[in-house]
Amino acid sequence: MTVPASAPLDPPDPVAAVARRRRLRPVTPVPWRRPLALTGVGVIGAWVVIAIFAPLIAPYNPLAQKFAILAPPSAAHWFGTDELGRDVFSRVLYGARITLPLAVILIIAAMIIGAVIGGIAGYFGGWVDNVLMRVADLVFAFPGIILALAIAAALGPQLRNAVIAVVFVSWPSYARLVRSLVLTARSAQYVVASRLLGASGVRILFTDIRPNAAGPVLVLAALDIGNAVLLLSGLSFLGLGAQPPTPEWGAMVAEGAQNFNDWWVGMFPGLAILTVVLAFNFIGDALRDMLDPRTARAVRP
Amino acid sequence: MSDTVLELAGVAVEYGRRGQRLRAVDGVDLTVARGEIVGLVGESGCGKSTLARAAVGLEPLAAGAVTFEGRAVASLGRRRRPEFLRGLQMVFQDPYESLNPRRKVGEIVADGVRLGGGSRKDGLRRAAEVLERVGLPATAAASYPHEFSGGQRQRIAIARTLVTRPSCLIADEPISALDASAQAQIANLLSELVQDDLGLVLVSHDLSVVRQVADRVAVMYLGRIVEIGATDVVWGNPRHPYTEALVAAIPRVGAGVLPTDLPGDVPDPAHPPAGCRFHPRCPLAQDSCRELDQRLAPVQGREIACHIRSGGGPP
Amino acid sequence: MDELLRVEDLTVALPTRSGYHKAVDGMSFAVDAGEVMGIAGESGSGKTITALSLFGLLPHGARVTGSIRLDGIELTALSGRQLRDIRGRQIAMVSQDPATSLHPILPIGTQLTEHMRHHLGVSKDEALIRAAGLLQTVRIPDPEQALRSYPGQFSGGMRQRIAIAAALAAEPRLLVADEPTTALDVTVQAGILRLLDRLCRERGMAVIVITHDLGVMSATAGRLCVMYAGRLAEAGPTAELLGRPRHPYTRGLLDALPQEGGASLVPIGGSPPSLGQVPTGCPFHPRCRYARPSCATERPDPERIAEEHLLACPPDPLRTPS
Repeated sequence: MTVPASAPLDPPDPVAAVARRRRLRPVTPVPWRRPLALTGVGVIGAWVVIAIFAPLIAPYNPLAQKFAILAPPSAAHWFGTDELGRDVFSRVLYGARITLPLAVILIIAAMIIGAVIGGIAGYFGGWVDNVLMRVADLVFAFPGIILALAIAAALGPQLRNAVIAVVFVSWPSYARLVRSLVLTARSAQYVVASRLLGASGVRILFTDIRPNAAGPVLVLAALDIGNAVLLLSGLSFLGLGAQPPTPEWGAMVAEGAQNFNDWWVGMFPGLAILTVVLAFNFIGDALRDMLDPRTARAVRP
Repeated sequence: MSDTVLELAGVAVEYGRRGQRLRAVDGVDLTVARGEIVGLVGESGCGKSTLARAAVGLEPLAAGAVTFEGRAVASLGRRRRPEFLRGLQMVFQDPYESLNPRRKVGEIVADGVRLGGGSRKDGLRRAAEVLERVGLPATAAASYPHEFSGGQRQRIAIARTLVTRPSCLIADEPISALDASAQAQIANLLSELVQDDLGLVLVSHDLSVVRQVADRVAVMYLGRIVEIGATDVVWGNPRHPYTEALVAAIPRVGAGVLPTDLPGDVPDPAHPPAGCRFHPRCPLAQDSCRELDQRLAPVQGREIACHIRSGGGPP
Repeated sequence: MDELLRVEDLTVALPTRSGYHKAVDGMSFAVDAGEVMGIAGESGSGKTITALSLFGLLPHGARVTGSIRLDGIELTALSGRQLRDIRGRQIAMVSQDPATSLHPILPIGTQLTEHMRHHLGVSKDEALIRAAGLLQTVRIPDPEQALRSYPGQFSGGMRQRIAIAAALAAEPRLLVADEPTTALDVTVQAGILRLLDRLCRERGMAVIVITHDLGVMSATAGRLCVMYAGRLAEAGPTAELLGRPRHPYTRGLLDALPQEGGASLVPIGGSPPSLGQVPTGCPFHPRCRYARPSCATERPDPERIAEEHLLACPPDPLRTPS
């Protein structure tokens, strides 16, 4: 749209125009044209539906131990049964109600904690920045699963503690990212312009920096959910997260490892984890690619 | 003579670490009155951009003072800029960097009103007014910066400063990033706005535009003003050798000759030449130039910093 | 003067989200050996794409039609390898920002000798001697030291001189300078313009100067092409075009310049069309003071109106020549 320099004949009400557009504008960009991203969205969508409607879809009670033990997949039990005679299919479906919400809550918590810490470090700089970033570095120094393991073990084997452990391990990435975004944005000319108009630091963080930081942070979050799912499942696999008889996928894979010959016990929960992680990765990749063309647009002939 | 709105006295700005300090601006005096355009010209390394930033409060001063409407301008620290400085605003060089790409134009322009305590509605209404003042339709408020050309963006940037009803604008190379038609349009717009009783400092390396638009012009070299006076006087009959070289170097349409070049390079500002800073490249240089550091003195209706031309020797 | 380069009906279409659009549309011009030719226009006029097409350095997916003959050789018909041989040896380019055309972490000496050795096949020592000579030609003080230095140690003007020296390394017959002085101070620019003029005369090299600055054009170019929206608006001897412009766009550009005497700047209203939004008929008609209804439908092709003067604008008895 090239706006001509001459004044228009009859300008519509500008206040209403802005208000109208504001309601219609989507909050996050939608990955329309990329097949992988669409697949990802589709898969996650399917899992969300499953998670919500599991009680209606699942053929049996996931905790009911009344079926044949270790029966292979059949018409009655699509995914077979496990060593306690429970229907694996129902358990996989119910597992979605644990893993998905927890992973999302976990990432949101890590994102908020990390963003606040990173934002403070980036904006104020100096010793505040130093201290906060060294703490982040300390956490980074350990491989994620090991540190999460240690924390979960120390807190006690419970799903709640596993979630806390993974949050603790995840926040530094957000802190680092937000810090660098804030640092770059601080010296941006539009921030200087805002300061000349009398904007305070807080206002600049919210109005000028946040819109530019939101994108990269969301991309990181999308890619990270997959990671969170893996960590949670990993902890449960090791016995530190979900406790029996909770139908959590990681714990189910652990059972499957003990019953190696009965491949269906571990394979289906494993596939469930795989599909969710891959789907989130596809979405994250697409989001990241969508952010890139912005710089390409600034090329002048 | 209308009242002075901005005054710089003995302003110096330094960079660098302890032991290795560099004076980008070294003792500059300048006044700007309402309704006048003061052009600030000079080549790379002369300190004009630094001076512009210091004038608006973005650089700490190593010496001297900046006064706006009679009150001292302290440089911007961590805290909010004081209310009384709202009337002193800046227009930046790069229209692609000075507008937040993620915010709508209407919101960007309304900032000045919101930050002054106005409501959102007030802000948007005032934004529509100033957008029209700068020649854009009010509907521009609903679009994002990337939908506009460089020239239009610069208008938006100017509009943003106008909502605070400024009495002094510092424009740091406002047209260099634009193409020819946009340059002329923005230069005209700025001239128009000044007639609304605004003082404007126009920093530019484009001497022709400054000549066209500025009432007075100050020529800078290596952190100092070497010549300052009414534009016609300075341009038509430059007395400082550097100003002469600048004017002779401009390629003119239809001149039929190649422009004259100035041999040598701008010296390192960390180690300026002794005495007169221009003497290593000056065609008039004498031995005395290495010792005498001449300050601005009146000559033929303007001021120059050259002891030879201000009566110390043969012209 | 012998004709060195002849471009005929060059059309370059670039792929965009909304399909292919012409960035250059039917450009034709010729450059003789030893002359300086100017291509003037604002951003979006297609002047840089025209320059890049001489080198075959267009963006991926670009479609080129038309003819580019360098000394009789049809460049559009050459393979990638053959073009690489031509680039640097026969034609060379200097662009606006020396910061991007010079490698930041290779010493100057290496950058100058690399091309030389590839194209001229000389030994390393011989190449260094020649490189020092080149630096002297472009008036870099202390060439021996400069060869060992890095681009970051020089000022913008010096870097541009070095970039020119690098372009001259393989002794090209045609030098394309795309906005060579736009980023430089005016006194530095004067030095570069004088340098280009001297090189042209001493070496019999042809130079195409691309710039939006008509002052620079007037000082350096003997002949001039004015481009608008990818098409040729007017072409001819510089003095004549800038002294008595016939195309309304050329007139507009001149009127927008600050004039002696302090008359106010008269900008051309609106802005140049972007790729894919070129108006039908004459591309300039929405901004043209003299536009008639037919200008919106009939596309004017460049007509020869005088010995060397081409004009893409229908003759109008009501419009007085300036």
